Amino acid sequence: MSTLVVKELTKTYLLRDGLRFSRLEAVKAVDFELSPGRTVALVGQSGSGKSTIAKLIAQLETPTSGSITLNGKPVGRRGRSLAAYRDEVQMVFQDPFASLNPFHSIGHHLERPLRLHGKATKADAREKALALLERVNLTPAEAFIDRKPHELSGGQRQRVAIARALAPEPSVLVADEPVSMLDVSIRLGVLNLLARLQREENLALLYITHDLATARHFSDEILVMYRGDVVERGPSDDVILSPQAEFTKQLLVAAPEPAANPRFLAEAQRRGVPMPDHLAALEEPQ
Amino acid sequence: MAQTQSQTPSRLRAALGRALTPSLVIGAGLVLAIVLFGLIAPFFVADPNAVDNAGMHGPSAQNLLGTTQTGQDVLAQLAWATRGSLLVGVIVAFLALFLSAFFGILGGYLGGWLDEVFSLFTNVVLILPGLPLMIVIGSYVQQRGLLLIAIILAITSWAASARVLRSQTLSIRNRDYVQAAKIAGEKPHRIIAVEILPNLLPVMSSGFVFALITAILGEAGLSFIGLGVNGTQTWGSMLFYAQNGQALTLGAWWWFVPPGLMIAVLGGGLSLINFSIDGIINPRLRNAPKQLKRVKQAGKQAEQEQAERAEGDTGPDERDETSGHDPDQEEVAV
Repeated sequence: MSTLVVKELTKTYLLRDGLRFSRLEAVKAVDFELSPGRTVALVGQSGSGKSTIAKLIAQLETPTSGSITLNGKPVGRRGRSLAAYRDEVQMVFQDPFASLNPFHSIGHHLERPLRLHGKATKADAREKALALLERVNLTPAEAFIDRKPHELSGGQRQRVAIARALAPEPSVLVADEPVSMLDVSIRLGVLNLLARLQREENLALLYITHDLATARHFSDEILVMYRGDVVERGPSDDVILSPQAEFTKQLLVAAPEPAANPRFLAEAQRRGVPMPDHLAALEEPQ
Repeated sequence: MAQTQSQTPSRLRAALGRALTPSLVIGAGLVLAIVLFGLIAPFFVADPNAVDNAGMHGPSAQNLLGTTQTGQDVLAQLAWATRGSLLVGVIVAFLALFLSAFFGILGGYLGGWLDEVFSLFTNVVLILPGLPLMIVIGSYVQQRGLLLIAIILAITSWAASARVLRSQTLSIRNRDYVQAAKIAGEKPHRIIAVEILPNLLPVMSSGFVFALITAILGEAGLSFIGLGVNGTQTWGSMLFYAQNGQALTLGAWWWFVPPGLMIAVLGGGLSLINFSIDGIINPRLRNAPKQLKRVKQAGKQAEQEQAERAEGDTGPDERDETSGHDPDQEEVAV
């Protein structure tokens, strides 16, 4: 099992507006560590640099400065060392409608990474792909493997995307807002699947999200990002229950609490439902 | 296994059924008829160059499409000209497709200075005036073979579709599935060939059909002014000889109408095919005429209903008005 360490990771984009150039510091000197069996959640609003970190770890972008090391070794940029890195570090994309090639079957999406990483030969690639589909609860696998992505629902597609990321048998998985594009009703299913696979494989998981509630539920450690900076970090419960940074408090307040709706309170009172303390306190000023 | 095997052909048939539009069927039918004529007819007709003392005369039992001024059989000439024109068109379309794919897709995917150089070159070729260049090269070279003419036509006609392919490639290469293929460890050449190229197929086939049309028209133009392929019959060369033989002033319609009609019908058929390819690329285009009709019908229906309501019951309207007054009065009273 491997540990991925991110140190002083910085990414600056050079933007051009006519003849004027400006700098956008997407990620500013971020440190964290992904170790086997642990989930780190990266929480923040849009544009806070969460997805840039995912791309940097997945080697789709090159960091401006700072380092990413896997088991103490700096990551490879090209050739065989990059291939070795890809064996260990995989990623699940945010949008399951964009991350599967509309031209190819589900089987293609799974067989290619299996074969590229030497986990299957031409002969048994299909069999292994079927096994992967079953692992992500797409059963009967035979009914899915020959379909095209557009014949699947968003949740099913995201399961395929997760299966694809697991094909090289990685030890580090980056999940970039894996449920934000899915219907609310199927989010929990996909998240539970990720949690189960993490337990089974003892994966180091980086869970990127803008939802503090699921971050608390699924992760051991939370990093809150704001405009490229990590403004707060710590064990999940600490961050949620006693937030220190102003931005974290804002995030917590911003989450809607259906029970705090006055109409709900009035109705609960009428029916004589016992009121939780913090809601009873809310009611008083009226 | 059995289940999936039985499903696949039906799904394929369903996809085919969706792609089959009336315009595609008509267009493909016209093009197929002309292609078959060009392939088969030359084996059955007489020598197109055989001169006959009978001179020019209209359609008859012996010469179905009449003869030229020197007594050559027009049908025989048309058969060989069809084959010649199609051959030029297909060669040019393949060359143009290759050139546009090379400069467009490679530049678009690899980016950087290579893309800059390729784009600049494409833009320069794009603004080269096609026909004048063809005329200059055509009149400069003495022995104009079929391949030479095809190459001249190809290098003046690939640039537009290269630009289209480049912009499509630019959009596709940043999509998540290409990024995912990179993370899976695919090599660049495989990403271009397996992940990107299939998604460009509709655009490429539409470019191919477009190149075919322009090539056949361009060749006809060159031949008509006498700068076409030496020794090969094409529709353009038939028109050239008809013009020289004063077919128009002599009223010999059977001499110039058939090649002209062939060009028009083939161009029309290929355009129809292109329209339906557009419909496959952008399904909104396919439904656009239908939706426009539906909107118009709905508008008419609404008008009609309104008119009926206005005509039919004046009573309820009045009642509405009176009932409308009451609350007003109440308000005043309050």
